[in-house]
Amino acid sequence: MEKVLMKGNEAIAEAAVQAGCRFFFGYPITPQNQIPEYMSRRMPEVGGTFLQAESEVSAINMVYGAAGAGARVMTSSSSPGISLKQEGISYIACAELPCVIVNMMRSGPGLGGILASQGDYFQSVKGGGHGDYRLIVYAPSSVQEAADCVMEAFEASDYYRVPALILGDGMIGQMMEPVEFKQPKKREQKEKTWAATGWDGSRERAVINSLYIEAEEMNAVIGRLQRVYREIEKNETQFEEFMMDDAEIGIVAYGTTARIVRNAVLKARNDFGIKAGLIRPITVWPFPYAPIADAAKRVTAFLAVEMSTGQMVEDVRLGVNGACPVSFLGTTGGIAQTPLQIIKKLKEIKEGK
Amino acid sequence: MAVVFKKTPLICDVPFHYCPGCTHGIAHRLVAECIEEMGLQDKAISVVPVGCAVFAYKYFNVDSFQASHGRAPAVATGAKRVHPDKLVFTYQGDGDLASIGTAEIVHAAARGEKITTIFINNAIYGMTGGQMAPTTLVGQKTTTSPFGRDEVHCGYPVRISEMLSTLDGAAYIERVSLHDVPNINKAKKAIRKAFETQIAGKGFSLVEILSTCPTNWGLSPVEAIKWLKDNMIPYYPLGVFKEAK
Repeated sequence: MEKVLMKGNEAIAEAAVQAGCRFFFGYPITPQNQIPEYMSRRMPEVGGTFLQAESEVSAINMVYGAAGAGARVMTSSSSPGISLKQEGISYIACAELPCVIVNMMRSGPGLGGILASQGDYFQSVKGGGHGDYRLIVYAPSSVQEAADCVMEAFEASDYYRVPALILGDGMIGQMMEPVEFKQPKKREQKEKTWAATGWDGSRERAVINSLYIEAEEMNAVIGRLQRVYREIEKNETQFEEFMMDDAEIGIVAYGTTARIVRNAVLKARNDFGIKAGLIRPITVWPFPYAPIADAAKRVTAFLAVEMSTGQMVEDVRLGVNGACPVSFLGTTGGIAQTPLQIIKKLKEIKEGK
Repeated sequence: MAVVFKKTPLICDVPFHYCPGCTHGIAHRLVAECIEEMGLQDKAISVVPVGCAVFAYKYFNVDSFQASHGRAPAVATGAKRVHPDKLVFTYQGDGDLASIGTAEIVHAAARGEKITTIFINNAIYGMTGGQMAPTTLVGQKTTTSPFGRDEVHCGYPVRISEMLSTLDGAAYIERVSLHDVPNINKAKKAIRKAFETQIAGKGFSLVEILSTCPTNWGLSPVEAIKWLKDNMIPYYPLGVFKEAK
């Protein structure tokens, strides 16, 4: 299939369709409106259903209903709307339903601003809703990778029965880049015999539920989820290393920020003689602790760069585990880093400031 | 010996957790009998609420969802859109439907969502121990309106059937009561009618069932039946509020 020029948001929507998603429930919020708009045109063409819900709360509960009924289903929103979905996401996680949720992050807290941000990292990887659960969280840094991650997310979510989150930002959603829709490696998916589809007695009666009033029962469910999460950590952690082989300072950045860091690494090496390298998490849960721990033995320092006041940096510190100093550089409010700001920070680190 | 009555197999053979004298049991049986009589067991999908009926997925012997508080109509929407040929119904109390879940029920009705809602109105929050509900009558004492509901302070009880019947997407809306046998029979007919409305694809259907809560009303089951008749029916009149052709 040839490459086409698409906006990130539209590529995400098309990737979902090509991954077999036939149900989409959404609610308008900037900067992700192109996803529901695209779906409203595209779904009827493939015999699917697009429905605009009355709220984000309702949309995520429609996802719960459709996922529980056995469908491949997606919803999308942006930060404040994702906050509203958290209760539903917690229920979906406990009921072990597969689905894909897209968060095109804008800045917060509160109604915040509509410009790109990475301030929802904690919400995405450390909980978000109540209780002991995880989502598989992909943080694409290009339109192509966004499309790839969406298709992979459906496969992984179905396979583990764990909801997946695409953690993009306004920039990824709004930029246009060439994209090719490539089917991911198909996994051996089990038939969804647990789905509520109407019961004729030929299987166990399906109950889509997250209520476990007996302590032992709840304990067993959480234990089962944790075992699945350990499998995901083992099998699904994705990252990319750039110029880390001889790096003296390792930088960790994801999404849009990682693109800027990549330029900074090249410029730092070419113009300033600083051997920087980049470790770019593609999944932020599971987080690539191992390559960071490994590199921490070789580099003199680590730097985390984010469009936030410092969230992922906590995971970088967990990976480094005291083996070398970890610095942080952040921007907020929708302001992006420039390569020169990153280089200035690298110089400070190198000079021991 | 001739069998004159038996429990419908559409109710699972497990003990109910409901309080003695509560009318949830009757409502459950009516719903289950309608599904059985219509031969729809293999097509039915229930969506149960948060509240007294939170465990109803253990009782309705059909594929079931347990939904978060108030969101059953949204969950049912998701399931029905995936399986348009199935009988999808929600079973919700007045705290769930008429308070936290007002947006979901109004918009499911407005969309003409082809689902059926069984709405149990007992004018109180039962599961949490008898707090004031949106349907609590003016003057009615609850644990959070200990001096009786004061309409100046916290407004008036909500009449859901009347409100939803103004929406074009609502195809069948009826309010019934379980206070005596003739009314129980009427309630069953209404539930059947609502299911038929869904199967015919006419739009959204809802049956509001006036129900008792002896435990939290602080009355005996017999007194509770009388209280319902004397106090609830004057404010919540029985009848068909909407019937699409």
